[in-house]
Amino acid sequence: MSVKKFVVGCFDDEKVLFPAVSKVRKAGYKIHDVYTPFPVHGLDHAMGLRETSLHTAGFIYGLTGTTTAVTFMSWVFTKDWPVNIGGKPHFALPAWIPITFELTVLMAAVGMVLTFCYICQLAPFIKKHHFHLRATDDLFVMVIECTDKTNEEDLKNFLAGAGAKEINVQVAETDWWIGRYDKEQQLYKQPSVA
Amino acid sequence: MIKQQFEMPAGYRKWTYALLGIGALVLVLGFIFLGMSKDEHAQTRFWAVLLQNSLFFLLIVNASMFFVCITTLAMGGWQLAFRRVPEAISSLVPVFSVLALVVFLGIILGHQHHIYHWLDKEHVEHDPVLKGKSAILNPVVFLGWSIITMLVWSLVGRKMRQLSRQTDETSMTLEEAKAYTWTNTIWAAVFIVFFALTVGSTIPWIWLMSIDAHWFSTMYSWYTFASTFVAGMSLVALFVVYLKNQGYLEYVNQEHMHDLGKFMFAFSIFWTYLWYSQFMLIWYANIPEETIYFKPRMQGPYRAVFFLNLIGNFVLPFLLLLRRGSKRNYTTMAFLAVLIIVGHWLDFYQMVMPGALGAHYSVGWFEFGILVLYAGLIMYFVGRALEKSPLLAKHHPFLKESIIHHT
Repeated sequence: MSVKKFVVGCFDDEKVLFPAVSKVRKAGYKIHDVYTPFPVHGLDHAMGLRETSLHTAGFIYGLTGTTTAVTFMSWVFTKDWPVNIGGKPHFALPAWIPITFELTVLMAAVGMVLTFCYICQLAPFIKKHHFHLRATDDLFVMVIECTDKTNEEDLKNFLAGAGAKEINVQVAETDWWIGRYDKEQQLYKQPSVA
Repeated sequence: MIKQQFEMPAGYRKWTYALLGIGALVLVLGFIFLGMSKDEHAQTRFWAVLLQNSLFFLLIVNASMFFVCITTLAMGGWQLAFRRVPEAISSLVPVFSVLALVVFLGIILGHQHHIYHWLDKEHVEHDPVLKGKSAILNPVVFLGWSIITMLVWSLVGRKMRQLSRQTDETSMTLEEAKAYTWTNTIWAAVFIVFFALTVGSTIPWIWLMSIDAHWFSTMYSWYTFASTFVAGMSLVALFVVYLKNQGYLEYVNQEHMHDLGKFMFAFSIFWTYLWYSQFMLIWYANIPEETIYFKPRMQGPYRAVFFLNLIGNFVLPFLLLLRRGSKRNYTTMAFLAVLIIVGHWLDFYQMVMPGALGAHYSVGWFEFGILVLYAGLIMYFVGRALEKSPLLAKHHPFLKESIIHHT
C-alpha cells in the first residue's frame, strides 16, 4: 500500500490527447496511466507500453487444457475402465478430439479472463481509486505521477498548454483495497470544468 | 508520388519464362511418354495429374474473386489498398477455365474411365449405384454445367473488375459514390450466390467427388472450398509481399498483412474443422461403403500423404501463424503462403489420385513439373494483369478506410 501524489489532466478530444501524450513523454514526465471511456486504438503504442503477454498465457492455458483432456481420457479408457464401444480401439483418438478441443478452449478462455482480472485488479469488493468519474463517460484522463523532482506548478501549466480542459492534483492510494471508498472522496460531486 | 504502375522486373520475367519453359517441356514429355503410352496406368497418371492441377489452380484463382466479392458485400474498406492484386489474380479464371475444359475433353473423349468410372457406359448399366447417379454423372450434364459455371465466374468477375476500374479516372460525389457502392453490392451478391451454387455445392461433386463415384460426403464441397480459399488467400498474400518488396503498394502496411494472416490462419483451422467433421463421422459410423474412401488414404498406399496433409495444412500453419508478430512479418507470411499453397496442392493430390490410380500412384518429375508449369502460368498472367491497371483504385469511396486501417 502506497500513497502517491498525482497531477491529473483531463482532455475532451482524442486528437488533442495523442499529441499531449507524446509531449508529456518527451518532457520526461512519468505517465501513471491514461483512462479513456472506450478503447483507443494506438494509445498503448503512443504511451510506449510493452505488448501484453496475455496471449502467451492463453497459449499455455490452452496447452494445459489439451494435455489434461488427452491424458485423462487415455487413462480412463485404457487403464482405469476400458469399455468396448462399437468395437473401436480403446485408445480412440478421433473420438476424443471434440472434448480435447472444448477443454483447450475452456481453459484458454477462463484462464485468460481470470488473468486479465488479476492484472487489472478487478474483482468483487475490490476498490481502487478513481481519478475522475467522467473517464467512464466522456473524458480522457491522463494521470501523471509526481516524483521528487517534479514541479507541480510547471506540470500544471505544461498540461494546460497541451490542451487539458481540467487539471487537478490528487494524493491517492495506488493499490487496491477491500471495503468502501474513502469517505472524504466525494465520488458523485458534480465535476467542475475549468 | 506513389508508384502506381507495375512493371515486371527483369528477374520476374526470367523466372516466369524459366518456369514456363520447364513446365512446357514436362508437359510435352509427359504427353509423349505417359499420355500416348500403351500402359493404362501411365495414361491415367497423365490425365489425373492434369486434372488435379487444373482444378486446384482454377479454384484458387477464383477464390480471389470470392474474396473481392465478400469484402465488397460486407462493406469492407481495409482491403482496398491491395484490392488490385486479387482482381489481377481473378483475371486468370477464363484462362484456367479453358485449360480445365481441355483436360475434361481429353478425359471424356479419351474415355479415361479409371478417373471418372461413370464414363464407362457398360459398367454403369450393371451398377445400381452409378445408374442411380447417371442423371447427373454423364458427359452432357458434366460439361454443360462446367461450361455454364466457368462462363458465369468469368463474366461476373469481369464485371467486378470493370467496376473497380471506374474509380481510376474521376472522383465521385456523395450521391455517385452511394450509387457506385450499390452497383458493386449487387454484382458481388450475384457472384456470391452463384459461388454457393457452384463451389459451395455442385462443382466439387461432379469434378472431384465423382472420381470416387460410389462414395459421397455432404461435407465434401465445403471442404474443397475451404481448401481452395485458404490457398487463394495465401496466393494473394504472396503477391502482396512481392509487390511490397519491389516498392509498390505504399499504402499497404503490417496492419493489412496482419489481416491477410488472420484469413490464412482462420481458414487453415476452418479447413481442419471440415476435414475432421467429414472424417470423424465416417470413422465413428464405420459403414463399409463410407470408410472405403479413407481405407487407401489412411491405411493404404497414401498413408504418408494423408498425415503430411494434416501436418502441413493444420499443425504448421496453426503453430507458426498463432503469434501476432508472425502475421505482421513479411518473411514468415511469404514462407507460410508457399507452405499452405503446396499443402493444399497435396490435399488435392490425395483427393484425386486414390480413386484414379490406387496403388499405382507416383510422385515424380511429371507431378512437380506440372506444378511448375502452373506456377509459371500464374506468374505470367498475373504479372501481365497487374501491368494493365494502376495498383490503386484511387477514387474509391472507401479508400481512406484502408489507408488508416488499424487491426
